Order: sequence, then C-alpha cells, then structure tokens
Amino acid sequence: MLKKILPNKILSLNSNIINILIFFLIIFLVIGLIYSLVISPPDYIQGDSVRIMYVHVPSSIISLGCFSFIGIASIFILIFKIRFISFITKSLAPIGCIFALISIVTGSLWGKPTWGVWWVWDARLTSMLILLIFYIAYIYTWKFINNFEKANKISSIIGIIGLINIPIIKYSVDWWNTLHQPSSLSLTSLPTIHYTMLIPLAIMFLGMLIYSLIIFLTGYKIEVMKFKLSKKKNLE
Amino acid sequence: MFSKKARSRLSIFIVLLFLSIIAIFFIFKSLEKNIVYFFSPTEIYNKSDISFNKIIRIGGLVKKNSIKKDNKFIIFTITDLKNEIIVSYEGIVPNLFSEGKGVVAEGKLKDKKYFVASKILAKHDENYMPPEVKKALENSNN
Repeated sequence: MLKKILPNKILSLNSNIINILIFFLIIFLVIGLIYSLVISPPDYIQGDSVRIMYVHVPSSIISLGCFSFIGIASIFILIFKIRFISFITKSLAPIGCIFALISIVTGSLWGKPTWGVWWVWDARLTSMLILLIFYIAYIYTWKFINNFEKANKISSIIGIIGLINIPIIKYSVDWWNTLHQPSSLSLTSLPTIHYTMLIPLAIMFLGMLIYSLIIFLTGYKIEVMKFKLSKKKNLE
Repeated sequence: MFSKKARSRLSIFIVLLFLSIIAIFFIFKSLEKNIVYFFSPTEIYNKSDISFNKIIRIGGLVKKNSIKKDNKFIIFTITDLKNEIIVSYEGIVPNLFSEGKGVVAEGKLKDKKYFVASKILAKHDENYMPPEVKKALENSNN
C-alpha cells in the first residue's frame, strides 16, 4: 500500500481506491452526523452548542497533524533533497489550511454562546491563528514562486519554522492560563468526555480523515503529473 | 551512509536547531507575562508591581453563595480556594456564568481585594476543575 505513494507508482493508482474511500466517507459522515446531531445527548452546561465540538476537534487534530508532517518532511527535503516528499507536503498544505480555518470558525461560533465573546487573544487561539498564517504563507510560496527548486527551499524553511508552533499550540493550555479549556483527550489519562459523546466524535474524526485522504491522493497525483509534464516540456 | 553534501547540510541543520531552541527559550521567557491570559487571585496577591490603572484580567472560580444581584449591577467573589477578590460589574453576564464555575473578568484593580470589571467571560470546565485553578491551588498550598 505504502509503495503506491512513490511518484512512479502513484499514477497507476486507479480510481477504484478513491471510489472505495468515497463509499466509506459517505457511510462515516452519514452515521457520524446523525449520531452527533440527533442521538448524542446535549451537554449538562453548554446544551446543544456542544455539537460544534464534533467538527471543531477533528478539524483541529487534522490541521495540526498535517503541519507536523509538513514540518518534519521539510527537514528531510532540505537535508536529503528527496523530491517526491515535496509533492506530498505541497498537496497536504491546502487540506491542513482549510481545517485550521474550520477549527477557528467553529471555535468562534462556540465561543460566543459559551464564553460570551467570539474571539480572545489567549495563547491557544493566537497560536492557532499563527498556524493558519503559516499555512497561507506555505501555500502562497508554492503559488507565486515559479522556480521549483527555489519554492521548494523557501517553503521548507517556512515549514520548519512553523513546526516550532505545533507543540506551543498543543501545550498552550497546560503551560499558561488560557480561556480555552485544556484538552479532554490525552494518551496518558482517561478522556473527560462521556462515551456517548466520544463515539460520535471518533466517527466524525474517521470520516474527516478519509475525506482528507481522498483530497490528498487526488492532489498528490496531480502534483506528480504536473511535474512530469513540465519536465517533458523542458526536454522538448 | 549519506552523501557528503547531505552530511554537511545535516550538521548545519543540527547547529541551527540548537541555536534556535536557545533563542526560542529566551524569547518565551521574556514574553511569559504577555502570554498569560489572566491572573489568579493568588498571583495578584503575591505580585509586587501592580498597576492599578491598567486593564488586566483575573480568573478563577465564582465563589459559592457570593453572587449578589441588584438590577443590572452584580457583585461576586472570584476565588482560587486560597485567595479571593471581590468583583463588581455592571451589565449582562454570559449564560454559563454561575456559582462554582470558572470565570475570567477583565477590568481594573481598585486594590488587591477589589476589582471593577468591564467585561465578564465564562470559562468552560467540562465537569472538571480547570488546571490553572488547580495549579494555582497547588502553588498556594506549597
């Protein structure tokens, strides 16, 4: 399966795999949305606005995950000059960017009825906004610099600098006093979310992960094709 | 194992990484005061350089049976279970504002025990005590 990711194999990735993924995406999203919007209970204090969490939390995790990958991969790009990693990071960036934006917007919609404000400049919210700015900078570097080697270098530097921000986002709620509550999910302790809310959250997360995978595979394939075409043009 | 060029790039990278970690550490150390979104009553109590005319934020739990409402005027006590600050506020409080729950108040200190708020934010705590309060609690216990 992983070998298919290599640039010479990705073009042979037939649409069957994408179709299977779309099939699972629909199943997960339908079940997830029904579960989170209808079956799951309202929160004891927030009421129904807790349902925003089922979109907010998965989006945040995916956007953080995408940038972590981009940042770490950028190190490999700069040091070992492995070209096909650039295609992967380049096609991951828009996915992470849009999920960062979704996370901020849904968080804002949740903040108004809960905190009483749309936005505050606390450590978590500010660092998340910085992540979005890094995503935009990363994407626009690829867009506006036409020379591949140059764009590759600059975007990788942006990726590595932005990587510093990731642990800051993750631990901002533990290191400093923030208005944003600390995470309810962690690897070391039991979740503080009741299981009736945890199940729809997990289903929604899987659904959004499959969605990201579909967009990624399609985008990656296009990046490889584009590069091969430009190479061919240069030879002619 | 790696090519010579890759090895030299790797060593440059490691040096840069090391330097930037040190730089970031110092940047955060100097910024720490600005990153903190609110102070707990104990932090206010222990603070030596309080500016009374600057807008600051204090946070903690709303003390049980401390809310007194008079028309649009509201007085309550913010506590971190060690120190307390009395807060007065004129306006509408958020729906989630209630006794025993987390709160952040923005405004000016009149003295170390009295705070005039211009904005009240409810802090959500999901059935558990916010670690900030717990941390402040542990700090004040030690």
